[in-house]
Amino acid sequence: MNPIQAWDITLTKLTAGYSGLVVLRDVNGCFPAGKISVILGGSGCGKSTLLRHILGLNKPVSGSISLGDQDIASLSGRKLRRFRRQLGVLFQDGALLGSLTLAENIGLPLKEHTSLSKREIKDIVLTKLGLVGLAEFAEYYPSQLSGGMRKRAGLARAIVADPPILLCDEPTSGLDPINAAHMDNLLKDMNTRLGVTVVVVSHDLDSLYAVADHVMVLAEGTAAFNGGLEELKATNDPYLRRFLDRNPSEEDLAASIPESTPAPIPTPRKPGSPMERA
Amino acid sequence: MHQRPWLILHPFAAIGAAFTNLIRESGAMALFFLDGIIRIPASPKQIPKIIHQMFFVGVKSLFVIALIGLFTGMVLGLQGYYTLVKFGSEGLLGAAVSLSLIRELGPVLTAIMITGRAGSAMAAELGVMRITDQIDALTVMDIQPMTYLVAPRMAACIICFPLLTAVFDVVGILGGYLSGVVLLGINQGIYFYRIETSVAMADVMGGFCKSLTFALIMATVCCFQGYFTHLRKDGQGPEGVSNSTTSAVVLSCVLILVFDYVLTSFLL
Repeated sequence: MNPIQAWDITLTKLTAGYSGLVVLRDVNGCFPAGKISVILGGSGCGKSTLLRHILGLNKPVSGSISLGDQDIASLSGRKLRRFRRQLGVLFQDGALLGSLTLAENIGLPLKEHTSLSKREIKDIVLTKLGLVGLAEFAEYYPSQLSGGMRKRAGLARAIVADPPILLCDEPTSGLDPINAAHMDNLLKDMNTRLGVTVVVVSHDLDSLYAVADHVMVLAEGTAAFNGGLEELKATNDPYLRRFLDRNPSEEDLAASIPESTPAPIPTPRKPGSPMERA
Repeated sequence: MHQRPWLILHPFAAIGAAFTNLIRESGAMALFFLDGIIRIPASPKQIPKIIHQMFFVGVKSLFVIALIGLFTGMVLGLQGYYTLVKFGSEGLLGAAVSLSLIRELGPVLTAIMITGRAGSAMAAELGVMRITDQIDALTVMDIQPMTYLVAPRMAACIICFPLLTAVFDVVGILGGYLSGVVLLGINQGIYFYRIETSVAMADVMGGFCKSLTFALIMATVCCFQGYFTHLRKDGQGPEGVSNSTTSAVVLSCVLILVFDYVLTSFLL
């Protein structure tokens, strides 16, 4: 159906960052076609940076990201546009346009790129909104919705054109357990039913176990693990074990809390307050 | 704060850095302007967006422009009368009011008012869209942000600025009529006769030429500042948006006044 649908996304010695600051160094790995891949890692390890490079929003410092044998960084003009039309992207906060209603937001790619009638677009939009449980909110503006609802609406927009590749930046963060499970099921369903290649950036372990076929763990600017979920579960690597078992070492804790963080100021207790009297 | 010793120790380097930065920014803004302009006629799908922006820039500014025009004309009528009466030439009030408005005050004050009302909003809206990934979202949906966001705003400014300037001029002349004729008793026939005999088509076209230039300046500067909010060095996030908005208004107003002088020296 679509020539790039069956192509893997491959990272080869990828070094990436922003304005002189290197965030990822010599990352190698592969996100297989037709599978759900999860990019896992702690906060600030470069997960979203990697996603932006896959999207072609930033150019790598060195190395390459390729779709099949096509280097994404070398794409420009019409080729880059053709590549981007194959992608559905869910940004961290949905990134819905504030001046448009939910229905207008979700129908935007169809309105801009197809010659479908308003009626047809509306039908597709309502179907996709129904999939994420937001059909009755079609005429609401993003500012009238909760963060979780905006995220679900963002997913509806990402899948509105039935893209062969879906990239999601933390799809379940900020969602309640029921909606997070619903989101996982939706991704799983799209992958099994339509063969969509899904790449999810996350640090949600429940989500990881629910959806992942393939996992890349980022740590200290490089890929600490790249392989199947079962392989990850069986790993004996000390860092990965601590991460998966939610058992941080003293060093991990020291690294996650800056030295300059002030000690918490104890709440002053007035003499005679109920606590004092007790 | 820690940049100051460097500034004192190496003043020439600091001046050079500021100058090269100015050149770089001017070049980027010029490219941004060209990119926006050539995208205006991208497709018929642009028309509803342009109309939407015209409503925001034009219709919503109409009342405030008319109000400012009325009082500017009234003040000109009042000041002009008491100046001209000293020379016994109060009959020239119509000419003084109309020429001041059409050649100078109409285009400049209209541009500055729209910059304050619509330009600041443009910069803030684009800035917020930038920091909340909305512009990146458009890019990955293969919707060119320059075509979708910037070009309609530029087109709306190009259409609305001359029209609002015309409204300002007409209401201003009526304001001069109110203070000069109704309040101070100048003959209304003489007031309008002087306008008819002194205002030439070249004056009107010069005014419109200025307002078109100001439209391009305002749209380019305000959209540029908002669009590149994330590249600011003086603040990120909401602080960056507020700095972008301030820069957009200040820089637009300064450039409008500088270009006003340049254009006036060519047109006279």
